[in-house]
Amino acid sequence: MEQGTIRLKTGLAEMLKGGVIMDVTTPEQAKIAEEAGACAVMALERVPADIRAAGGVARMADPTIVKKIMEVATIPVMAKARIGHFVEARILEAMGVDYIDESEVLTPADDKYHIDKRDFTVPFVCGCRNLGEALRRIAEGAAMIRTKGEPGTGNVVEAVRHCRQVMNEVRVLCGLPEAEVANFAKEIGAPLEVCLLVRKEGRLPVVNFAAGGIATPADAALMMHLGCDGVFVGSGIFKSGDPARRAKAIVQAVTNYKDFAMLAEISRDLGEPMVGIEISTIPSGERMQERGW
Amino acid sequence: MAARCVGVLALQGAFREHVSAVSRLGVAAREVRQLKDMDGIDAMIIPGGESTTMGKLLNEWHMLEPLRERIMQGMPVYGSCAGLILLCRTIENSDQPRLGVLDATVRRNAFGRQVDSFETELSMPEVGPDPVPAVFIRAPVLISVGPEVRVLAEVKGQAVAVRQNNILGTSFHPELTPDTRLHSYFLNMLGQ
Repeated sequence: MEQGTIRLKTGLAEMLKGGVIMDVTTPEQAKIAEEAGACAVMALERVPADIRAAGGVARMADPTIVKKIMEVATIPVMAKARIGHFVEARILEAMGVDYIDESEVLTPADDKYHIDKRDFTVPFVCGCRNLGEALRRIAEGAAMIRTKGEPGTGNVVEAVRHCRQVMNEVRVLCGLPEAEVANFAKEIGAPLEVCLLVRKEGRLPVVNFAAGGIATPADAALMMHLGCDGVFVGSGIFKSGDPARRAKAIVQAVTNYKDFAMLAEISRDLGEPMVGIEISTIPSGERMQERGW
Repeated sequence: MAARCVGVLALQGAFREHVSAVSRLGVAAREVRQLKDMDGIDAMIIPGGESTTMGKLLNEWHMLEPLRERIMQGMPVYGSCAGLILLCRTIENSDQPRLGVLDATVRRNAFGRQVDSFETELSMPEVGPDPVPAVFIRAPVLISVGPEVRVLAEVKGQAVAVRQNNILGTSFHPELTPDTRLHSYFLNMLGQ
């Protein structure tokens, strides 16, 4: 009997495919998410929009909050650790959290090294803007990848950019003659072995979700059309007028992203979406997508 | 006999892996997202994923009753993990939507959380002489089964693979391994 193998770590992400993972800050929100059909929840102290508004240093959530959410949810519970903060990650692992997000949404704890995720039993999800970043995270042991997008803005443009970028680079890599892969690996700053694996499989070796700025069922369906395996939604749900209805609609939109008549039905009467922020108005130092190395 | 087609419920979860396993065995597979996708299928696989998510979507889109009827009429069905949960008559401490066609009581997350997930090998003589690789991810177990249910494999004395006539269920994920013997076993159920 083996535990913590890469097959078990990537396997849980495979089970999340075609689903929606929702940020929640209270047990009540966790129940709303589960009722709506979320395939997992992300336990947080604040959703990204509130992290932006509050400023200051954003850290791992208080274990009390995470524990309370774990007690009410029967679906997997994820939680965030700061980039490079392997002690926060060990604490979350000891608590029995099902997945750790080494997340740029929190204030990074290390400006050079990410967590060495290989010798943890718990699996990790990490953000990326391009293929090089995705493959560096996978080489460090990430068992799941997501776009960084621009969290807390309700603006999907960055998630779209990152997803298209990763997919385009995968297509380029898969079309290269084998002799040119080493140079490609050097140019994108990713390990050769992982590049060769992607080229052989014709796809990323782990599940890739969309995240950062998804606010409507149409946004969620758009990300599925661009090739994502599922979506994370944070502020988009609990910063909207009717969270329960919107959460359910986004779950339905991810499953039936190809049926536009159904998407029209799903998108009706959802109340006010979150107000949102235009990306160009955010100073570059406050852009969460710039974090991670 | 007309070419057979296996439906794979694709509302959420690891449906792509089941489609791939069935296709590798030379049988057509179709993703089932809506009621109309069930027309013309000869068997159904319900994949791993989140049973609450799948149960709610099945209910919401009025697929639960028609699927239950097809199974009661004898259509072969195979559920892995979340799929097994949805097949069971009773889910411990839960009233979530389900098919309820398998005479058994299931306990969700019976081994603990993700850090307790494990891989092992199981002796399953009905499936083949060599041990079957088994990946358990936040897996359920059957805490009791009815007289018509045959236990095909156990872990620590608890049933993790069962068959009741046209219904097959495993609490592990053969679709995550290259071993297709369990899918072959299921496809053989179509011919009987």
